[in-house]
Amino acid sequence: MNKLNLDQNVIATCRQLAMGIADDIHEFIHKHTTVSVERTVCRLLGVDGVDRFGVPIPNLIVDDIKDRGDLSRGVSVYLAAGLKATGMDLKALVKAYLQGEVQLGSDPLPSIKETLGILEPYYAATLKQIKDNRGERENRKQKYGQKPTEIYVIVATGNIHEDVIQAKAAAKAGADIIAVIRSTGQSLLDYVPYGITTEGFGGTYATQANFRLMRAALDEVAEAENRYISLVNYASGLCMPEIAAMAALERLDILLNDSMYGIIFRDINMQRTFIDQYFSRLINAYAGIIINTGEDNYLTTSDAVEEAHTVLASQFINEAFALKAHLPEQLMGLGHAFEIDPAVEDSFLLEIAQAEMAREIFPTAPLKYMPPTKHINGNIFRAYQQNTMFNLATTFTDQSIHLLGMMTEAIHTPFIADRYLAIENAKLVQRAAKSMREEICFKPGGIIESRAKSVLAKAAELLESVRKIGLFQALENGVFAGVKRPFKGGKGLEGVIAKHPQYLNVISARMEAELL
Amino acid sequence: MKLRPYGDTLADGKVQLSFTLPCDPDATGIEAAKQLAKAMGMIDPGVVQAEKIGEGFGFFIVYGSVPFAIDTDKIKVEDVATPTLSREEIESLIEKELGRDVVFVGASTGTDAHTVGIDAIMNMKGFAGHYGLERYKHVKAYNLGSQVANEEFVRQARRLQADVLLVSQTVTQKDIHLRNLTNLVELLEAEKLRDQVILIAGGARITHELAKELGYDAGFGPKKYAEDVASFAVLELIERKKSVK
Repeated sequence: MNKLNLDQNVIATCRQLAMGIADDIHEFIHKHTTVSVERTVCRLLGVDGVDRFGVPIPNLIVDDIKDRGDLSRGVSVYLAAGLKATGMDLKALVKAYLQGEVQLGSDPLPSIKETLGILEPYYAATLKQIKDNRGERENRKQKYGQKPTEIYVIVATGNIHEDVIQAKAAAKAGADIIAVIRSTGQSLLDYVPYGITTEGFGGTYATQANFRLMRAALDEVAEAENRYISLVNYASGLCMPEIAAMAALERLDILLNDSMYGIIFRDINMQRTFIDQYFSRLINAYAGIIINTGEDNYLTTSDAVEEAHTVLASQFINEAFALKAHLPEQLMGLGHAFEIDPAVEDSFLLEIAQAEMAREIFPTAPLKYMPPTKHINGNIFRAYQQNTMFNLATTFTDQSIHLLGMMTEAIHTPFIADRYLAIENAKLVQRAAKSMREEICFKPGGIIESRAKSVLAKAAELLESVRKIGLFQALENGVFAGVKRPFKGGKGLEGVIAKHPQYLNVISARMEAELL
Repeated sequence: MKLRPYGDTLADGKVQLSFTLPCDPDATGIEAAKQLAKAMGMIDPGVVQAEKIGEGFGFFIVYGSVPFAIDTDKIKVEDVATPTLSREEIESLIEKELGRDVVFVGASTGTDAHTVGIDAIMNMKGFAGHYGLERYKHVKAYNLGSQVANEEFVRQARRLQADVLLVSQTVTQKDIHLRNLTNLVELLEAEKLRDQVILIAGGARITHELAKELGYDAGFGPKKYAEDVASFAVLELIERKKSVK
């Protein structure tokens, strides 16, 4: 569909520029690994659990090798060396390691080929489990059928058992997608908490055990409702690939997974983030998990009218990084948001222009559309009205993942009734405006068409300038959201390691080979 | 003056209320909602809508009236006493009275991931047509962003030689913002920095009274902009300078 009469040449140029930008960064990515990448390898070989102080075993092993061995070789060869030297299986080796009976790093390191052979039973088993999960999801989705626009709501009580109650209520009220917000601050932890958790702030800790509980609960409601209910969590922060691995193992369906969000909004080091995002997206591609990107955040910090083109430019960059990680467009939930100040005249038309433009430029991507948050205040009745307009824009421009606005957005994490009212609002609009998209076209040269054209042109200009200086430099200059981040600044840089020529990551080696 | 809620007639006492009960909205549920409203002091409450919002949950909308009247003559509210000056007035006051740049360091501290509040006060563009502190002449504004640990915030305050500290708490759950705000005061006191700075809290649920109670110099809630914060801070700085003399 080309209702906006967009210039296809400009779009093609944008794609080319974005791919050039991603190519440059990938030169860097492929020469490096990180502690979280290596911990993810441990997890996908089946190493899980915590020691008696609650430290996750993948952290223990990776930190140990970093301190006493040479992590630039990757954790894979060290585990293979341990297995070879002791003749134990991995479970026994980890147990002996925890008891101090075995050290990792003191044995001669096997070759790459030998390592792949020694570790095969372990990675083959987890990769099979991930593939089975993918098949299971496809079967279930096929059985229930899928809607073009899916309603996405958030639960965030801090207690996974309470989350389950609220998620089930939301699903029964009509939600198709449930996101469990993480406890604030988790993105800055350089480990993933373990086990079932009942205390969190502003959200619930993302742990594999919590994933499993919520997955089972949503499958149960899905059966009763005869709809697939998708589960969302956050592969962002310092543990991007580890969360992706856990999500793949527990059949989560969507992960927040932006290539630059952590850099810009969480002050995580840019080198660390780019390396981590690649492996996390590779896992998502393998597991069939939809990624959601975080362009909406630019507009909560910067002005939504003036900075609209940064959203589009970033979508192109996220698309390029996703393609580099073998993610097909069907798994790219590129993000954008309805954040223009409603005091602006014709703001609704500008919103339509932006949303329709995204739809047309990324026609098969499951676009993630975010509700107003910035210009919402304690007047819950006005907020409800703004959300109705947002819902209309969503339906009219055929967005895919529809994150509902809450009328108590500016007040607290949603009450159960807030979520219910939001779902009712969205359902009413979906029904009332069902065929509006097919019926209405835009005035040639009118406000909507002109706006889209100008945003696209400005995005092309921005991409051009980023291409010239490179993305690292652009982030240092504060191109996105006006936030400047130094190359060597931010959190997590100490976890970045240049790869040895003999480096091996058995998981990515296998995944890349299969996805190519 | 005696105040009662106004529906469509003076002093009719009409109020609206909505809430969820963990029960189906059947006859028993509706009666429970009604009795709850009565227990809150409502006279003749009417449950105008009762909806099932999930397995075992009912949502109720209730209208009724309250018999209470509030005597406004007996109300005492503590608000920031300084006037709100314009940006230009603030700039020239700094120039004349202080003769140096004023350093504002702000952050959304603790686990709060929201920057909306601090951005509205500090960023160039400001909010709703009110320019932020970055736009002010003679002001050095450092916005440290969100999820800044109190320890880090204090460290940066010392490094940047802050005159004014702005702490934002936007969205809260189970009142963690109170603990976080208190913790910062304790840290500043331990670091012997508390008296060196003007400490200001801001956020949707912050009032001046609450901020004072927690040991802050001022608190700013909704509908307060950069000029409100800057006026208070600059006038206070001038006041402190005079009292040192």
